[in-house]
Amino acid sequence: MESSGGAPPAEERRLLAASLTARYSDWVLEELDELPGSFLLTDPAMSGHPIVYASRGLASLTGYRPRDVLGRNARLFQGAATDRAAVAGVRDAVRCQRAHQVAILNYRRDGAPHWVLLHVAPVFHAHDGRVLHFLAVQVPIAAAPRRRAAPCRRPPVFAACREEARVEEELPCASHAGEAFVDIDKRGLETTRWLEAGEPRVASGCDKEKALSTANSIFSALNRYSKLTGLVVCGKRCDSAGIPALSSSLNLSLGRIKQSFVLTDRHLPDMPVVYASDAFLSLTGYSREEILGCNCRFLNGPGTSLEVLEEINRNICCEQACTVHLLNYRKDGLAFPDLLHVSPIRNASGKVGLHPFQVAFHVWVHLDESIKHDFNGLSPEVWQLGAVGAVRVAVRSLSASGSLLRPSQ
Amino acid sequence: MEMKLTIKRVPTIVSNYQEEAAAERPRGGCGKNCLGDCCLPVSELPVYAFKANPTKLPASQEHAVPSNVFIDLLLGQWEDRMTQGLFRYDVTACETKVIPGNLGFVAQLNEGRHLKKRPTEFRVDRVLQPFDAAKFNFTKVGQEEVLFQFENGGGDDSYFLKSAPTTVADRAPNVVAINVSPIEYGHVLLIPRVLDRLPQRIDQESLLLALHMAAEAASPYFRLGYNSLGAFATINHLHFQAYYLTVPFPVEKAATQRIPLADDGMKSGVKVSKLMNYPVRGLVFEGGNTLNDLADVVSGACIWLQENNVPYNVLISDCGRKVFLFPQCYAEKQALGEVSQELLDTQVNPAVWEISGHIVLKRRDDYEEASEASAWRLLAEVSLSESRFEEVKAYIFDAAGLVQSLAEEETGEADDAIYTPVTVAPQAVTEGCLVLQ
Repeated sequence: MESSGGAPPAEERRLLAASLTARYSDWVLEELDELPGSFLLTDPAMSGHPIVYASRGLASLTGYRPRDVLGRNARLFQGAATDRAAVAGVRDAVRCQRAHQVAILNYRRDGAPHWVLLHVAPVFHAHDGRVLHFLAVQVPIAAAPRRRAAPCRRPPVFAACREEARVEEELPCASHAGEAFVDIDKRGLETTRWLEAGEPRVASGCDKEKALSTANSIFSALNRYSKLTGLVVCGKRCDSAGIPALSSSLNLSLGRIKQSFVLTDRHLPDMPVVYASDAFLSLTGYSREEILGCNCRFLNGPGTSLEVLEEINRNICCEQACTVHLLNYRKDGLAFPDLLHVSPIRNASGKVGLHPFQVAFHVWVHLDESIKHDFNGLSPEVWQLGAVGAVRVAVRSLSASGSLLRPSQ
Repeated sequence: MEMKLTIKRVPTIVSNYQEEAAAERPRGGCGKNCLGDCCLPVSELPVYAFKANPTKLPASQEHAVPSNVFIDLLLGQWEDRMTQGLFRYDVTACETKVIPGNLGFVAQLNEGRHLKKRPTEFRVDRVLQPFDAAKFNFTKVGQEEVLFQFENGGGDDSYFLKSAPTTVADRAPNVVAINVSPIEYGHVLLIPRVLDRLPQRIDQESLLLALHMAAEAASPYFRLGYNSLGAFATINHLHFQAYYLTVPFPVEKAATQRIPLADDGMKSGVKVSKLMNYPVRGLVFEGGNTLNDLADVVSGACIWLQENNVPYNVLISDCGRKVFLFPQCYAEKQALGEVSQELLDTQVNPAVWEISGHIVLKRRDDYEEASEASAWRLLAEVSLSESRFEEVKAYIFDAAGLVQSLAEEETGEADDAIYTPVTVAPQAVTEGCLVLQ
């Protein structure tokens, strides 16, 4: 059936799909189809940086069905009144391979403009750091309640208009009509744009959360299915240079703890690992460099239960401890049953971050349940909690400056 | 008869069963699983059996047990009780800092530790008081507050049993319980022979038990402490306290001056020093051919003090290799109205931890303004005067069987000593190696 949007021919569609299935298993498409929300995956390695995947939710938001957009560049959503600066920001983020969020005016398939929060993020190959795909999530932004008599922010190009308008009379913001007639020669085009754009919208915290959450789900899905092809992806180039170094006294104290654990920092983007014990490296087969700076999801794979991951996330958000059983994966792809205890660790030196006494880290203590362990009579649970206790003691070790970070930070 | 000296203060709550309200908790007969004769003898508690002869106080810790079951057990169980919500507050959220200065006093702001309750009267002129079963004691503690029993395994190795009947051997069990108002993470109480209901007084056996615990933990950051009655013990039931703090205590960094002993005193191998340049005068006992020897000497000193009504505090440090003894007189001064209101207002009760340099403050102002000078000022009030201290020291030596050699004292300076700053603990502190002197 021919669609008016010009769906790409079968061969091209196959190539586009391969962009995904070559990197992840075939199941990844099904998995992505299950995710709610409106999002795309694009492949920067293919000519024209085309869209290789579009979610089911795209149609309800934008009016485009996935096959309408496959193979095309994502700029198809932009239009006349889309702020050029916003577009430039996105382009720049793509070029620099970093995540970016911006409120932007997009156009539906029927030409109607609408505001969305656009969240763009690179998907890195965890080991060689190259960008495999970009994901782009769109979250609709509701109109803010009209503000009366507040000065409008307008792009500078209209400064002249405004002035002339002011000469006539003080026009309230709500009335655009007056402005439009002031000058319609070369400014006409911008005026039209501005008319369509209306008041620039600001994404709420809720919108941002939603975008982030969708992005995370996509990452999780990609990771779960990348395992079958031996690939690990992460949302950040795994480069420990971005992680603030822990103070040497803290490192020393942590180094004495023999259990297998990592510390993550929730205040950094994507909650990266900031410390990994030697036992953890032995258990999972990764080297320290490979994982410092990455989110723990590199441990997850196809058999990792989504519900359990959700439970962990919930507890992290509520700053509560939890113990779960789940399937995790070593670097070589071998799965192991993991008894995992996650707990928030507070910092009480008052010097780290903006919020003293807040949770400084989360500790994740792992235990491979398939191996026979000898804990000298202690139960596995107590042994794990012993690690948590030891981390708490270590974090409370104080340097003279009271900081958990190295002085240069 | 003699005038009774008392002070009023709010006692620290160390057990959830301590407050009067606890008595009203619905507990029929005694199904409450306590530590009394009714419940304990038929209970099963985990047992940690320590080694009878810890390798003679190893000089270095290279062969230190890499897998330390004792620590895992203590911290793991403590963490477990934390998740059960047994503590009155989250001590890890208490703001703590090292006060800049030579000694590095550690100040903690802890508003939850001190109850806003009516203070009770404590008699401070009698260090030895008979056990009073009517008052709160540790047999009334619920077993959920107990982490494990701590018994002598009698062998070369320590081991752990997940549960064992408490009537092991023919002695009452020693138990380790949580302190529900912790000063630091892992704060526990060691209660020797709980069923024997011993009053708060040190004897050789109990001190030896405490030394064994320090040795078993094998960490210089795990100390035990003891407060006699009159030196801010809250409960007249024999107990020691212990917790982890991963910085050196100021008292551990203070300079000491060895007191030369005549040969007689050498056979136990115990060496004695005097604390120098520290606001509280005290003695440091260290070494000893065995823990037993060290316990003999120190308990001899403690026994003299308690029998002669001198309140005192004891700090066991450096994995049981070093014991600090502080006779004190703060409570007496307080009772006689000799302490300045300013100090009284901080409501700091200088017990062993405060004297050692870990000061828990109740008011934010005090915390923000805490300085080495203010800490020194407070602790100086605790100390015996020089003359009184020398007097007491002489008695202690006598009682402990130590003879001070008449050899020329190495230094003439006592209090006039120029303050010699001690090197702060080295950046990389290996277990079992604290820089001192």
